[in-house]
Amino acid sequence: MREVENNQETVLDIRDLIVKYRTTESVVHAVNGINLKVSKGETVGLVGETGAGKTTTARSIMRILQTPPADLCGGEILFHGEDILKKTEAQMRKIRGKQIAMIFQDPMTALNPIEKVGLQIAEAVKLHEKVSQSAAIEKACDMLELVGIPMERYIEYPHQFSGGMKQRVVIAMALACSPELLIADEPTTALDVTIQAQVLQMMQELKNKLGTSVIMITHDLGIVAKSCQSVAVVYAGEIVEYGTAEHIFEHTAHPYTVGLFDSLPQLDSTEKRLKPIKGLMPDPTNLPEGCKFCDRCPEASEECNTQPPEAREITPGHIVKCHHREVSE
Amino acid sequence: MPALLEVRNLKKYFKNPAGTLHAVDDISFDLDSGRTLGVVGESGCGKTTLGRTILHLIDPTSGEMKFDGRNISAPTNKELIRLREEMRIIFQDPYSSLNPRMSVSTAIMEPLQIQGKLSKAEIIEETRSLMDIVGIARRFENAYPHELDGGRRQRVGVARALSLRPKFIVCDEPVSALDVSIQAQIINLMLDLQEERGLAYLFVTHDLSVVKYISDDIMVMYLGNMVEKAPSDELFKSPLHPYTKALLSAIPVPNLRDQTERIIMQGELTSPVNPKPGCRFMARCQYASEECAEPQVLEEHAPDHFVACCKYKALENN
Repeated sequence: MREVENNQETVLDIRDLIVKYRTTESVVHAVNGINLKVSKGETVGLVGETGAGKTTTARSIMRILQTPPADLCGGEILFHGEDILKKTEAQMRKIRGKQIAMIFQDPMTALNPIEKVGLQIAEAVKLHEKVSQSAAIEKACDMLELVGIPMERYIEYPHQFSGGMKQRVVIAMALACSPELLIADEPTTALDVTIQAQVLQMMQELKNKLGTSVIMITHDLGIVAKSCQSVAVVYAGEIVEYGTAEHIFEHTAHPYTVGLFDSLPQLDSTEKRLKPIKGLMPDPTNLPEGCKFCDRCPEASEECNTQPPEAREITPGHIVKCHHREVSE
Repeated sequence: MPALLEVRNLKKYFKNPAGTLHAVDDISFDLDSGRTLGVVGESGCGKTTLGRTILHLIDPTSGEMKFDGRNISAPTNKELIRLREEMRIIFQDPYSSLNPRMSVSTAIMEPLQIQGKLSKAEIIEETRSLMDIVGIARRFENAYPHELDGGRRQRVGVARALSLRPKFIVCDEPVSALDVSIQAQIINLMLDLQEERGLAYLFVTHDLSVVKYISDDIMVMYLGNMVEKAPSDELFKSPLHPYTKALLSAIPVPNLRDQTERIIMQGELTSPVNPKPGCRFMARCQYASEECAEPQVLEEHAPDHFVACCKYKALENN
């Protein structure tokens, strides 16, 4: 069921995306040549630590990065074959919310505190569909019901809702215009595990119902295992490993991905000590010349220090950026 | 030998215009030196208040506490100063718990200076050795918090907590603001320190896989009540309370072949203001019936395994 069929229509195709933040003192290399494809109805997980460039990638797709300081200086983002980076702001406003929608990390700050939640959802509908105010509100109420909030509550304000409920409102808003692509940026990080389970289950059901493609940004490999078909592991602005969930979880190849799994406390383990990855993520203003992970890598060799590894397909569909992984026959 | 920390019927109520908020309601436990008690529950269940009440950062409404054989339920100022040396806290957010205008070494030496037992030279020496212990390189001595990443900041927090050689540390979500690879480094550091110094930890967290890893015993809290308490392995192997079961099943496991049946709880935490006398989980519990409206009694099901649910026996047999 997790297998993605190859002949599926590609919704989003990111090619060699490069994003830098230019400040007066330095240049932050946030995204360094990311390639990623999202097929129709597929959920792709974007996994990595703080500062890896996950959110910058997401915001580039939505074109909501502030420029300057951000500089989208290379690559293209093809949405149905058309380059988003070449669109005008007016064209983007038609795409945002209608065809591509985003769920932000923190539901506490994503909503307007002085507007009724129903009207906030209706606003998105009115912007993109030629409907009357009353029809938009009706649609907003339907969306609230869909995410499990009684429609009578549409006249309430964000502060009257709990964290989990607010995130449901944000999801309702994102899905109100049935977008083809949903970018969920750590949608459950601010929530308790029980509420997280509710929200993830609901997202799964809605996705199946509406056939939406999803980019799920998270640092939690547990969430990836539950909800993603494909996984891209991001480190220092690069995708170091990409494959199906099976590739990543059961044939883990890149030393960084291996390290991530090892640092997790396993529920069924009797080990007395965790195995952290030594050291820290490299400074994005001063990235190493060779492999970005070489300072922390237990397998690093001379080659890793000087030569940046190429992305290689070690088995069909499983792409790894590491000198020490051979292509299997 | 009596336990290092004995807590009996501890209560902390907050009065507010809507009524009385029962943040911590009738909690009792013992904690020995060198042991870790994990406290888990959803946000708003009272776990942070529990830690802070024990430390007398806020005063308890009622209840008895004994620390190292002394009654600390209502300490005098003099007793409190001594307690502040013996019981410390590591805070959740290393980004806001450090003074941005204090350098690393100033922050670590501050407790030693206040204590006033060591000479200036001794304090500097002690500060350096604390930095070595928690693994902050000497070159960061004069660095300010904004120059440090989250992991190093939390190491400063650990060093501050350790500086007065405490016997007991409340760890209030010490790793939840950190990335997994850094989180593992800090957890290992805390385990090493516990082994060397025989520290007792009260480890407050919402991350169940971390708590299983670090704790000897785990207490599950729901709206101010302790609903279950058991040795760590036993709690994960055979949870008895319906809330514990639901909580454990909600953990996303990083394994594709995980077959855990999810219990998706309906609804959210109800209000802890003026709670009814019965089981507080009743509103979300799929097994709730009339008898649950009666006050629940904490029963010892197996040695050290306590549960507060009138139906657990019936459920266990199913």
